[in-house]
Amino acid sequence: MLVFIIRRLMQAALVVAVMSVLVFVGIYLIGDPLAILVSPEATELDREEIARSLGLDRPVWEQYFTFLTAAVQGDFGKSFVFGQPSLGLILERMPATLELALTATIMAVVIGVPLGLYAGLRHETIGARAIMAGSVLGFSLPNFWVGLMLIMLFAVQFGWLPASGRGQTVEVLGIELSVFTANGWKHIILPAITLGLSKCALIIRLARATAREVMLMDYVKFARAKGLDEKRVIGVHILKNIMVPITTVTGLELGALIAFAVITETIFSWPGMGKLLIDSIIHLDRPVVVAYLIVVVLLLVAINLIVDILYSVLDPRVRLGGAK
Amino acid sequence: MTAPTLKVENLETHFPTRDGIVRAVDGVSFEVAQGEILGLVGESGSGKSITGFSILGLIDAPGHIAGGKILFKGEDITRASPQRMRQLRGARIAMIFQDPMMTLNPVLRIDTQMIETVQAHEKVSDVAARARAAEALRAVGIAAPEERLLSYPHQLSGGMRQRVAIATALLHKPDLIIADEPTTALDVTIQGQILYEMRKLCRDTGTALIWITHDLSVVAGLADRIMVMYAGRIVETGPVATVIERPQHPYTRGLIGSVPGALPRGKRLFQIPGMTPALINLPPGCRFKNRCSRADALCDTMPELAELSPGHGVRCHHPYDAKPLTPSETAA
Repeated sequence: MLVFIIRRLMQAALVVAVMSVLVFVGIYLIGDPLAILVSPEATELDREEIARSLGLDRPVWEQYFTFLTAAVQGDFGKSFVFGQPSLGLILERMPATLELALTATIMAVVIGVPLGLYAGLRHETIGARAIMAGSVLGFSLPNFWVGLMLIMLFAVQFGWLPASGRGQTVEVLGIELSVFTANGWKHIILPAITLGLSKCALIIRLARATAREVMLMDYVKFARAKGLDEKRVIGVHILKNIMVPITTVTGLELGALIAFAVITETIFSWPGMGKLLIDSIIHLDRPVVVAYLIVVVLLLVAINLIVDILYSVLDPRVRLGGAK
Repeated sequence: MTAPTLKVENLETHFPTRDGIVRAVDGVSFEVAQGEILGLVGESGSGKSITGFSILGLIDAPGHIAGGKILFKGEDITRASPQRMRQLRGARIAMIFQDPMMTLNPVLRIDTQMIETVQAHEKVSDVAARARAAEALRAVGIAAPEERLLSYPHQLSGGMRQRVAIATALLHKPDLIIADEPTTALDVTIQGQILYEMRKLCRDTGTALIWITHDLSVVAGLADRIMVMYAGRIVETGPVATVIERPQHPYTRGLIGSVPGALPRGKRLFQIPGMTPALINLPPGCRFKNRCSRADALCDTMPELAELSPGHGVRCHHPYDAKPLTPSETAA
């Protein structure tokens, strides 16, 4: 187990290193920050002066090296726009995004698994067909449209729920979170539904497909032949088997939700990382973009590691030792 | 003499399909007495496994028991409530499946799977249930049962897993065990050990056993009585020695002829021509007639299961004479 984690961390370090080169070169190529930083009226001499002070006159590899030395110490430079350390800006907004993505994922799993299980076990009932039809809808409706419709309905028409912002937050373990206040809940529910709807549809379909496969297995029949009641056959024997693929997919999708919550955050003015990224790209705020991408890569690597460990907990046949 | 442990009367199990009703089990009647071992023999698709699952009430939908009675110690369990069936399953009637690689849930430990079986029928503590499980494992010849309880199925060999399944079936000392080809997936040596142990257990505890198999040589040494099924019906039934030595139905004779060992080395084994008929829209008459060398016009009517000698029944218009087989006849 320990060997496995160490090996995975080393792989992660490699991924992050490669990623940092790609990001740095990519950003370097797409535009000149001086054009934004220096006022158009400045003389050529001023421009050179500023370029020198920022180190922009150096060759790429030297700039990259400077960046890297600082980055491993947690310094990704100051935002050109905000004048604050870029990593700080991102970490400040990260809880909002994580909170939103986690809420969306938990909702998707808590709703999706039972519905999918039901649709799989009673696949010929009208209820099961309705669930499957609904899941197709959940899949195909575009995210932004769902968000706008929810706002129209629940915020504008009925006025039950707020349409933007995070609402009241409380500090939990030094992090500002809104899921612990009633007001925060009111704010998070619409964006979380918007973000989680298609994931919920995905989990329904996956749970249904695997449940239909598992319910035909001999061990399910044997469990019944042992005289277990349906609650135990479904809740333990079938559920534990379908949770293996669902965990994998949920983990991957959580990563995607965190990285691409941009649209939902924009619609609901949710002050998360995604919105920051869009603003930074528009303003060519290099340090923030670079820091954002690195942070997201680290998050994805961490999520994958957790999924792999969970996998071995759920399925004893998976050996974390790896290579023989 | 008390009532038989199991008495099946005219059992019919049907599977409705788009093309018609599949009569997988079509009017099967038999009895199993306490401590008796019945060998239920047939090819794939003969209805032998479906008969077993019908007794347990575990026919997959849309299949269902369409007629007949299953009297378990006098109680008709075709009419029992789902709750009553659940109480019987695993406690009074246990089943062992064909493939030991598939019968244990891969993601649950052995102790979980055995303890839940104990606790499904009796209110006992985890500790007591665990002790029962360990004891059952020891009874089927598993060394260090306490350690094995902590294993996952994939850590055990096929033979070991089948022993675990058998031990699970024995947890409540059932009155009837239905074993569906439990040794076909195993090595011959392991098979021999398990057969020996099962026989001993039935003798010791008075458990009735129905051993479903396609392999006559397995039941020859194990069973008290044999019942041969073909296309959903019983074609021959009787004491094991009578059926093996003096088979009366051409199908039974064909089965015995196709077992290696009865013939000189190098001689080609006998093969029954043709295949089992599809069980949809069967034509009237004997179901074996298209594959039978003795069939004539009379075989267009369904023969009754007639008793030739006490306990020896044959469903054939042209049974062989009650005389032992000679080697040349076996090859015919």
